[in-house]
Amino acid sequence: MKIMPCPLNGPRNISEFTYGGEVRAMPDPARASVAEWADHVFNQDNPAGVVREWWMHNASGYWFIAERHTVSDDILRTYDPSEIFRERVEFAAAPTEGTPS
Amino acid sequence: MPLSLLRLGFSSEIKPDFPPPPAKLKPSYDVVIIGGGGHGVAIAYYLAKYHGITNVAVLDKGYLGGGSTTRNTAVIRSNYLTPEGVKFYIESVKLFRELSNEFDFNIMYSERGQLTLAHTDATVRAFRQRAEVNRHFGGRTEMLDRKQIHELVPLLNLDTGHMPILAGLWHIDGATARHDGVAWGYARGAIQRGVEFHPLTEVTGFDIENGRLKAVKTTRGTIQCGCAVQAVAGHSSLLLQKAGIRAPIHTYPLQAMVTQPVKPFLDQLVSSSALHCYVQQTGRGEILIGGGSDPYPLYNTRSTIDLKEGLLAHAIEMFPFFANVKLMRQWTGITDMTPDYSPIMGLSPVENYYLDAGWGTYGFKSTPICGKTMAELVASGGKVPELIAPFGLDRFSRFQQINEMGATAASH
Ligand SMILES: Cc1cc2nc3c(=O)[nH]c(=O)nc-3n(C[C@H](O)[C@H](O)[C@H](O)COP(=O)(O)OP(=O)(O)OC[C@H]3O[C@@H](n4cnc5c(N)ncnc54)[C@H](O)[C@@H]3O)c2cc1C
Repeated sequence: MKIMPCPLNGPRNISEFTYGGEVRAMPDPARASVAEWADHVFNQDNPAGVVREWWMHNASGYWFIAERHTVSDDILRTYDPSEIFRERVEFAAAPTEGTPS
Repeated sequence: MPLSLLRLGFSSEIKPDFPPPPAKLKPSYDVVIIGGGGHGVAIAYYLAKYHGITNVAVLDKGYLGGGSTTRNTAVIRSNYLTPEGVKFYIESVKLFRELSNEFDFNIMYSERGQLTLAHTDATVRAFRQRAEVNRHFGGRTEMLDRKQIHELVPLLNLDTGHMPILAGLWHIDGATARHDGVAWGYARGAIQRGVEFHPLTEVTGFDIENGRLKAVKTTRGTIQCGCAVQAVAGHSSLLLQKAGIRAPIHTYPLQAMVTQPVKPFLDQLVSSSALHCYVQQTGRGEILIGGGSDPYPLYNTRSTIDLKEGLLAHAIEMFPFFANVKLMRQWTGITDMTPDYSPIMGLSPVENYYLDAGWGTYGFKSTPICGKTMAELVASGGKVPELIAPFGLDRFSRFQQINEMGATAASH
């Protein structure tokens, strides 16, 4: 079986993990227009090449980031999200008016 | 069919009826179709035969039908969930029934019926809804209980592991056809009417000015065009990026396999979404086994032992005697999945660039109706036929998805 090098648990069968989508910046939900929000929710780059993506180790519930080539399926690097998310993200409550309905 | 067969029988030499590909690309075409799978050649066929538009080039980076068209498990059915989906697929089933006559070429359409199995109460409820929707739009679908299932498919194990079968959705219209025959029939009909088919011609980019497509760049030079259609299935995102269009598509591998041939034992197509597995016996006696997609995206047609193992374990639960049968071949195709499991057809942000994409694991059955309606769209210069209007790319910015997930998961 293909092996995923988990930054927390070490090398493990890939069947122990769940794929969680491309890593991308989220627009401010309180301020994004409906079109921007739809673009963020649905659209994906889906490139053929190296992609930075979220993965979770199911048993330990640990989320991390993997750089994987989507043609060769080589996993080039895995690391803890703290490597790129250095600050805590606060989600401000959306104002009631002007929210997408 | 019978007449031409008779003619062939009396003639002393049998010539392949495919003309060799045209040597040169012309500098310009009225319509360029990108992708020579079933969809691409079907659009070309309907354009040439029903709209008199023949200055058309179909370009493929490989060869005719080399993509998913000849890798699929050829399930044809209309028992989806949404009215939009069911209406669309029912029209496709109607066209499929007439396709051998239309082509004068046998596509081996075989109406064997499809039985989908419910292992939970929630699925039974969903099946009732699907049966009603399907009947409402003219399809033939019934609910079966355990006894009726046993009468229909005596070798099926009704007590599959921890999830016994509770009921079945019996779709009488369920069918298969020879998938390469479908591609050949459309290609031949299109080429006979003047369409050019260019294999080994990859589209590498576009000339777009003020939101209008001027020319298509290929590995064999740039060609001007009045308009273009993309029908490249698994490669949809890559081409969309070149045209600067964003879309909600992810590319996943889908694997399938066949066993050695055995005596005829199964006429129906049998599918279980809870077990992520479907089974049919081919005309040659092989047992064809398919299931759900790979667990993560990939642009690669490699196969994996893990997926095959899981799929086989479930197939053996359904038909225990499979444990003694040997696997003969296995393969993979790549599929362009959308979040709502419905296709993307119609207009794009580029004025004269049309989309035939997002076919995921269910695009073979739609080949005729998609070809027909996309040809209408192209011939009318961008007037979207009513049947495909709900499937536009813009549905995602309007939050109007057409959710077919439950009706698609493991029965394509
Ligand atoms: C294992 C498997 C089982 C399936 N089972 C079923 C089923 O039972 N029922 C069902 O309805 N559907 C099924 N499907 C889905 C179905 O096969 C596809 O949706 C359908 O074949 C898509 O047809 P197409 O003509 O759009 O694409 P394809 O047949 O994939 O053709 C696309 C073509 O585009 C070409 N191309 C790509 N990029 C370029 C480029 N840049 N320039 C030029 N050419 C390019 C490729 O070479 C290819 O030939 C299955 C798929 C798989 C993989």
